[in-house]
Amino acid sequence: MTRIARRSLLAGMAALGTAGCSKIDGFAASESGKGLFDLAEDWHLSAHRTLAGRQALAPEYGPEDRSPSFKGNGSLTVDSPIYKEQLAKGFPDWRISVRGLVENELRLSIAELKALPQRTQITRHDCVEGWSAIGEWTGPQLSNLLDTAKVKPEANFIVFWCADVLYGRQYYESVDMVDAYHPQTIIAHSLNGEPIPEKNGAPLRMRIERQLGYKHAKYLTAIEAVASFDDIKGGKGGFWEDIGNYQWYAGI
Amino acid sequence: MKPRHALSTRVWHWINAAALVVLFMSGLGISNAHRYLYWGDYGFDPADAWTAVMRFPNWATLPQRYNLAEARDWHSAGAWVFALALLGMWIVMLVNRHFARDIAAPVSAWAPSHLWAEAKAHLKGHFEAEDGAKYNTLQKITYGVVLGIMLPLMVFTGLAISPGFEPAAPWFIDLLGGRQSARSLHFITAFALFAFFVVHIVMVLLSNPLKQMWAMIAGGKE
Repeated sequence: MTRIARRSLLAGMAALGTAGCSKIDGFAASESGKGLFDLAEDWHLSAHRTLAGRQALAPEYGPEDRSPSFKGNGSLTVDSPIYKEQLAKGFPDWRISVRGLVENELRLSIAELKALPQRTQITRHDCVEGWSAIGEWTGPQLSNLLDTAKVKPEANFIVFWCADVLYGRQYYESVDMVDAYHPQTIIAHSLNGEPIPEKNGAPLRMRIERQLGYKHAKYLTAIEAVASFDDIKGGKGGFWEDIGNYQWYAGI
Repeated sequence: MKPRHALSTRVWHWINAAALVVLFMSGLGISNAHRYLYWGDYGFDPADAWTAVMRFPNWATLPQRYNLAEARDWHSAGAWVFALALLGMWIVMLVNRHFARDIAAPVSAWAPSHLWAEAKAHLKGHFEAEDGAKYNTLQKITYGVVLGIMLPLMVFTGLAISPGFEPAAPWFIDLLGGRQSARSLHFITAFALFAFFVVHIVMVLLSNPLKQMWAMIAGGKE
């Protein structure tokens, strides 16, 4: 494995040396190129969890550290009459389901989510593009819902299903069980003490605090426990992963 | 006869050079995703930026078109090669005394008058070191700053930008002034290294380039 990786690396360096863009593109798309990039991504994930610990917390800030506003990016709304109607009414009929590899499927309203024990955290949101915003998020921990639903032992990933459609495709994301049960992984319904604004994912948005913004699924409708995401949509575990080959582990 | 450059130095030099080319060019591609730099923890509004960076042309980026995901793949993979090679080179340099013998400058050499005299000699094209040393003081200080400060700073500011690494050492991100400050420092240091690269190439071209290049490949003579 390491021998192959080393040879791939040399091939990469050689491709770079000849400065042919077709060769570089060819390498990145080749099996050895993908293998090398995936290996590097796995090493980053392992290194982060070894150095920090699997349950280590992302930094939390004070109220005075919050950014004056919170940028919206990607989908800024859900383009459907039902969504607009629910948004205007305060989402009385919005339901979130917990399904897949669970003993008890759940179906909860926003009010029922708010009745659960809540966690409030002021955290920094880092976009893959490079910018950051800081806001206060409130909601129940995902671990609470997963425990209530009783996730089966064969589940390895939690998939988040969204109402928004971008470039003609439904948005979704996924995390492994370490991030699913992380104490700061919450289903947020409030940003800075107010219901989450439309552009930031109203009425519900996941917070996956140790990863980049595209993991924080907005306009959340369902949470599904799965053994593998190979057969879901494009098979890469998320919208940006499928559509643009973005890294499934977005902790870098 | 002992070669001018140890095998470890030559191997590291070229691995590092290749890694830096990959990291710099993919980094320019990543920069194109959001061309504004900020100080502090947060920053997303161009109005709050301390600078707006140019859009780097496709010929300067890796890949040679705008593709943030692929640029990040190259950057994340190249980072391992760069950081582990640097760590390895530091261990070797300390063990074989390359750093103590050839790079560390004695206190006397730091005297302003001495540095001024060397700078004048340098401008006249006299690059030779005195007393049989491998490098003159200006070279020692430059290589010391590159090896001891700039290259490690690239690794550490890079780690500081990573939200997955941050829980391991949140104090370090605070020390740098917050994530957006770390991102700005990562960018500034990258361009300081690029400036070193340009001067380094010019100096080689001015001082028997073929012999210098061959010495860094085959070892050369002391």
